[in-house]
Amino acid sequence: MPHCTISRHAHNGVMESGTLSILVIDENRIRAAVIEAGLREAGHDRVTVIHDVTGIARRIAEVEPDVIVIDLENPNRDMLENMFQLSRAVKRPIAMFVDRSDKASIEAAVDAGVSAYIIDGLRQERVKPILDMAISRFNAFSRMARELEDMRSELKGHRLVDRAKRILMQSRGLSEEDAYALLRKTAMNQNRKISQIADSLITAAGLLGPTEED
Amino acid sequence: MAGEHHVHAGFMPLFDSAVLVAAREFGFAAREGVELTLHRETSWANIRDRIAIGHFHLAHMLGPMPIACNLGLTPLASDTIVPFSLGLGGNCVTVSNAVWTGMAAHGALPDLDPARTGAALKALIGERARAGHDPLRFAVVHPHSGHKYELSYWLAACGIDPLGDIDILIVPPPFMADALAAGRIDGYCVGEPWNSASVAAGTGHIATVKAAIWKNSPEKVIGARKSWANENPDALAALLRALHHSARWCQDPANHGDLTAVMAQPGFLGQPAEVQMPILTGNLRLGGGAERHVKDFFLPFDKAANFPWKSHALWFYTQMVRWGQVEHSADNVAIARDCYRPDLYRAALKPLGVALPGANAKVEGALKTATPVGSAGASLVLGPDGFFDGEMFDPDRIDAYIERQGASSTVD
Repeated sequence: MPHCTISRHAHNGVMESGTLSILVIDENRIRAAVIEAGLREAGHDRVTVIHDVTGIARRIAEVEPDVIVIDLENPNRDMLENMFQLSRAVKRPIAMFVDRSDKASIEAAVDAGVSAYIIDGLRQERVKPILDMAISRFNAFSRMARELEDMRSELKGHRLVDRAKRILMQSRGLSEEDAYALLRKTAMNQNRKISQIADSLITAAGLLGPTEED
Repeated sequence: MAGEHHVHAGFMPLFDSAVLVAAREFGFAAREGVELTLHRETSWANIRDRIAIGHFHLAHMLGPMPIACNLGLTPLASDTIVPFSLGLGGNCVTVSNAVWTGMAAHGALPDLDPARTGAALKALIGERARAGHDPLRFAVVHPHSGHKYELSYWLAACGIDPLGDIDILIVPPPFMADALAAGRIDGYCVGEPWNSASVAAGTGHIATVKAAIWKNSPEKVIGARKSWANENPDALAALLRALHHSARWCQDPANHGDLTAVMAQPGFLGQPAEVQMPILTGNLRLGGGAERHVKDFFLPFDKAANFPWKSHALWFYTQMVRWGQVEHSADNVAIARDCYRPDLYRAALKPLGVALPGANAKVEGALKTATPVGSAGASLVLGPDGFFDGEMFDPDRIDAYIERQGASSTVD
């Protein structure tokens, strides 16, 4: 049985003319919303989003998806795959990615952290844009999450430096400018980030005695 | 010579990835000139995909998985070979308290005896069917897994049809205990520590163990991308030697403290050391205060545990046929046989002068006791390797075995 090829003649009408039914399975609600918005912008109005896989068999039977988009972090992927392949209740969405020979697509999808299943017999050119969209939105989401994390750590760094400056001003009677210059010089000498020096200073000050921070 | 070969390997956070993890963490890979990078994954499907697209050169895999890949049973596949086995045994069958109470009423004892507990389960299933209850739901980790096949084997040998009398579904290992506690499933077959987890929580009883259903039977393996293995024979051989040294080290009780400490790290298994001890000692709590020591519960090295027997591959294949996953044909037999590569194992380890089996396959179930066998170099002890029902699997008489077991007609 090469690659679970099951034709779906009953579905041909839908495949040729109607809109595709698309199921998005993603435990991350924000990312799922981003994907859903992208699909709707692209003119897909039959989009279902599932965050929790409990009782998913019944939902799939109701939705009868032509395409299933799933995040790769989902530990239930083995369960879902098995269900897609074996369930008699659902109309067997199977196969995976757009085309086995399209290695670039597969790589891009795995790198982005997304995978897709399609019902067999669906024309590739109809599905490729969906996967491409999912890939770019997954990447955009990761970028956003990374930027948010960077911003958070930058903000945290600023706060640390402010506290360290106050400690130096208080304990050594420095001006704010001199306190900052001292922190920066120490960081340069030790080849470390100024926020790391600030962090060490705050820790040390905490150990050495009560400060205004306590 | 560190870093001569760069190898990327995927693994799942399960205890039987220990040999692979220890190969890196305790320097066995580096000593063989292998810079081994480990990637923790969240599903077997991810591991399969990332092998297929070349992110990983090899990975910790379920023993039947590479065979299923090569037979074209999976949505995305590349030719995968098995040059090394990561151990024998390690799984249990755990049932809910309610099911255990029902089984006990039909004669089940907390002794892990597969025949006795199986007979009790059959009686309970019959009783439930007469009362109009839904079939019991058992979970395994993957459709192409030792868990699925040993659970089904046990049930069938006890007169229970795993395709009709119960439902079998797939649940990821870390979710098994919760699913049982929540009543979504009535039992499961999984590796440790996910059986002891239910016992510790007071929500399950261990009914029997893999090591009793089929003694010293295959479980996880190293699956390697075939094209990579062909193009990088030296890297593969060096890694196999590293895994050999690592496995020997993992088997030694003197190292279990260090091993469990590393496995406890969040990047690996992420479970406390004490949770990992039952698999290493074979001392299991079964539930309800019962305890049992299981001989050869899990072997990472002893009894030629790392040798990729073709008879193991072929037995997995017979079960795929039996449960309707693939059609039996001479071509498919050849695909399964060629998937496991004892020749590569032997060639890599030959320079070490260690004990190696002389044959590529054995009659599974023929060894009733631990038996010293003739081998190249030093002495080697194999077995016992018996099935609990006394059956034997002769890989040279595969047609007869398949016919005797009766293949299910529901090939997909």
